Amino acid sequence: MLTKRIIPCLDIKDGRTVKGVNFEELRDAGDPIELAAFYANEGADELVFLDITATVEKRKTLSELVNKIAHKINIPFTVGGGIQTEEDVSILLQNGADKISINTAAFQNPDIINRFAKNFGSQCVVLAIDTKLEADGNWYVYLKGGREKTNSLTMDWAKKAVDLGVGEILLTSMNHDGTKQGFALDITSTLSSALTVPIIASGGGGNAAHFYDVFTTGKADAALAASIFHYKEVAIPHLKKYLNEKGIAVRI
Amino acid sequence: MKTVIIKYNAGNIQSVLYALERLGVSAMVTDSIEEINTADKVIFPGVGEASTAMQYLRERNLDELIKNLKQPVLGICLGMQLMCMHSTENNTSCLGIFEEQVKQFETKEPAIKIPQIGWNSITSLKTPLFKGIAENSFAYFVHGYYAAKGKHTIATTHYIQDYSSALQKDNFYGLQFHPEKSAKAGEQIIQNFLAL
Repeated sequence: MLTKRIIPCLDIKDGRTVKGVNFEELRDAGDPIELAAFYANEGADELVFLDITATVEKRKTLSELVNKIAHKINIPFTVGGGIQTEEDVSILLQNGADKISINTAAFQNPDIINRFAKNFGSQCVVLAIDTKLEADGNWYVYLKGGREKTNSLTMDWAKKAVDLGVGEILLTSMNHDGTKQGFALDITSTLSSALTVPIIASGGGGNAAHFYDVFTTGKADAALAASIFHYKEVAIPHLKKYLNEKGIAVRI
Repeated sequence: MKTVIIKYNAGNIQSVLYALERLGVSAMVTDSIEEINTADKVIFPGVGEASTAMQYLRERNLDELIKNLKQPVLGICLGMQLMCMHSTENNTSCLGIFEEQVKQFETKEPAIKIPQIGWNSITSLKTPLFKGIAENSFAYFVHGYYAAKGKHTIATTHYIQDYSSALQKDNFYGLQFHPEKSAKAGEQIIQNFLAL
């Protein structure tokens, strides 16, 4: 039986793991390669690395980091952050990344989804969507790490992106991110029910029960979290044992 | 021992190389017919699209080469599918080593996502390739097409229906999942292959 995936996310800035609250206030959370190896050992099903470095040297340092991670860990991982061209993708895949994640660049130029899917296969193209529930009751797409609002509804953009060839969607609720109050169950469930690709839920996971909720009510295929794993508030073996006892198929 | 990874226009070749390195095995990534012919073990990886990959192999005579290899050969993911008879992915004639057919996952059930992405269990394990691997161990899969069950099936997985998660005929082995990304179980399977 296909299992639900638990995915620790490592935000990378200048080669270190960092974590903010509601997309701000960055704190240092350790060496990414050590953390990656630790999570792989603990039973993480996949890893996501999002590079938020803004320097011109970024591409070179990121590909070097990806190469080191690929040498070290024996589970799949996704890399995102500022990917815009086929060359960006190619360098990351050649250095051992399994998938790449795109966000702002794909929204501004949806054609890249089509091109990436054609050149590298849909299975390695993950679309990250940062979404926020506004006072009008709708979920909108945000860009540039949550700094820029668009007028696009999350469902519309997700549908279009799936038609263009994305293989998975990493959905982050900005309302929930960093709060540890639980995932955004409604929008996750709505997307998962309507789309043919797996949905990775992100933002708000604070305890094991939240993961149970997002896999059942939220209909998520995978759940991603960062700080609760980095600061050892939730240990992956305990989380998986809990889910297994509650009848969720997980890899133990 | 000389281990080679066949170089062609497919993804995840580096990942296989790194997985071997983690096991202390140095391998050569090559499309040289002589290097492949003289290897003790041949790995045929792959992530990509069937017809493009087959065309690439034919243009370089790698199709004939692979079919005629006598040493243990391990196809991974698309590599395994290309070793089958035919794939419905762009109606592609494949290498024909395994008689099994490759078809696309189909379902009307909206809750079931295609492609299959993630960890699924492998059962009915046969051959020394799975020595020391427990029934229902988990392996990492990423695929939208599958090989049907047949007489060469040596592992079965269920997604929508039962299908071949591994195939074997003579010296040819194929894995639908990615052993290079399947944590400790995957490492054991790679070691078992190298020990054949």
